[in-house]
Amino acid sequence: MAEKGTNLVKRGMAEMQKGGVIMDVVNAEQAKIAEEAGATAVMALERVPSDIRKAGGVARMADPAIVEAVQNAVSIPVMAKARIGHIIEARVLESMKVDYIDESEVLTPADDVYHIDKKAFTIPFVCGCRDLGEAARRIGEGAAMLRTKGEPGTGNIVEAVRHMRLVNNQVNKVLGMSPEEIMVFAKELGAPYDVLLEIKKSGRLPVVNFAAGGVATPADAALMMELGADGVFVGSGVFKSENPAKFAKAIVEATTYYKDYPRIAELSKGLGEPMKGIDMSILQPAEHMQERGI
Amino acid sequence: MTVKIGVLALQGAVSEHIKALKDSGAETIAVKDASQLEELDGLVLPGGESTTMRRLMDKYGLFDAIKIFAKKKAIFGTCAGLILMAKEIEGRKGPHLGLLDIDVKRNAFGSQVDSFESDLKIDHVAESFDGVFIRAPYIKKVGPGVEILSTYNQHIVACRQGRFLACAFHPELTGDTRFHEYFVKITKENK
Repeated sequence: MAEKGTNLVKRGMAEMQKGGVIMDVVNAEQAKIAEEAGATAVMALERVPSDIRKAGGVARMADPAIVEAVQNAVSIPVMAKARIGHIIEARVLESMKVDYIDESEVLTPADDVYHIDKKAFTIPFVCGCRDLGEAARRIGEGAAMLRTKGEPGTGNIVEAVRHMRLVNNQVNKVLGMSPEEIMVFAKELGAPYDVLLEIKKSGRLPVVNFAAGGVATPADAALMMELGADGVFVGSGVFKSENPAKFAKAIVEATTYYKDYPRIAELSKGLGEPMKGIDMSILQPAEHMQERGI
Repeated sequence: MTVKIGVLALQGAVSEHIKALKDSGAETIAVKDASQLEELDGLVLPGGESTTMRRLMDKYGLFDAIKIFAKKKAIFGTCAGLILMAKEIEGRKGPHLGLLDIDVKRNAFGSQVDSFESDLKIDHVAESFDGVFIRAPYIKKVGPGVEILSTYNQHIVACRQGRFLACAFHPELTGDTRFHEYFVKITKENK
């Protein structure tokens, strides 16, 4: 008998995205540019993160008409964002048969205590994390894919680097620990013990972990791959650049050939002005999206 | 005799295939450049996104190199790899590599919420095998020289044509190496 929505099917879908770039798009035209450039999936949303920052107010799930237009435009997988804890936005997106839901801190959280019980869904979820505690809690809730939170919409890679390094450092610590040490580490991290044991047993996170939140250049994408990311989400970077089609292709190639420095030099030439970017010291604590849903 | 089998490493489930091939007794490398094909006896085209892989294959000279490689060497495609190998793809003008005499339909079972696991019987491989189908294609029909190895609900999901092997599901995700062992055997016979 066929069984849908199993762990293997949910996590496996993310495995197929490895080494790829998932791009934020706000309409069918952008989705086609992304697909043509070699994106492995697109994230359909109403505004890219940098515009969400500018607009302020409450950011919600995209208009289903936008999601549908993107679904009709491309054959690659389509992802969409639901607010943290917003069970109904997630159910609506599932009913529309998007391929993956991002329970995302880029949108304004609907629940400031609980995330969605993702195990109750057939559709797989990706969630953001800053450390192994967050990563393990999201896996415990049923997330089938992780990404760094970074600091979305800033064009500043520093937070994504911090989060990727910390998660990998803590995974390595777990690998060197005995079961009783893992129990105490689980307590410190607020992480489910059984998820940490699974990491110890398999030697890796049980789901893929992509980079996200601040990737603004091909070299940024390559840096995240070098630091151990399984792939890259690019939010505002592509369609806030001067030449999105060229920029998108360059990011895809830099992600695949992240150790080929002459090639990265070549494909970084003449890309025009990247998005302007925001230094972290200028952001007020209340403007930090990464503090949402921890 | 050991054989050396590469895994096309442009994008997709590369590390899983490398592990499964190693566990099946083959030497293996991740292939990102055409020059690496010279030392290989066989090649795996992994699951991932076929449009992404095709674009990178074109850009970096791998497309023509793999077509030449295929004239003598064994190739195994899973999911997106199967699409790259097919001669006919529904809704698309012309094939990618066009190695296998089969007609395929992409995302044939629906979107990700319709992805599933099902037990399969695979000729020459297993009476019972965990078939993991992820936004999977199926084979609508096969040409005269193609052996059907497995079906699911009357749809063809695995086949072999001489030194070419393909399946719509993901044996590399299961930890069960019997399908990879079969490809290693084909590669040895072809060497």
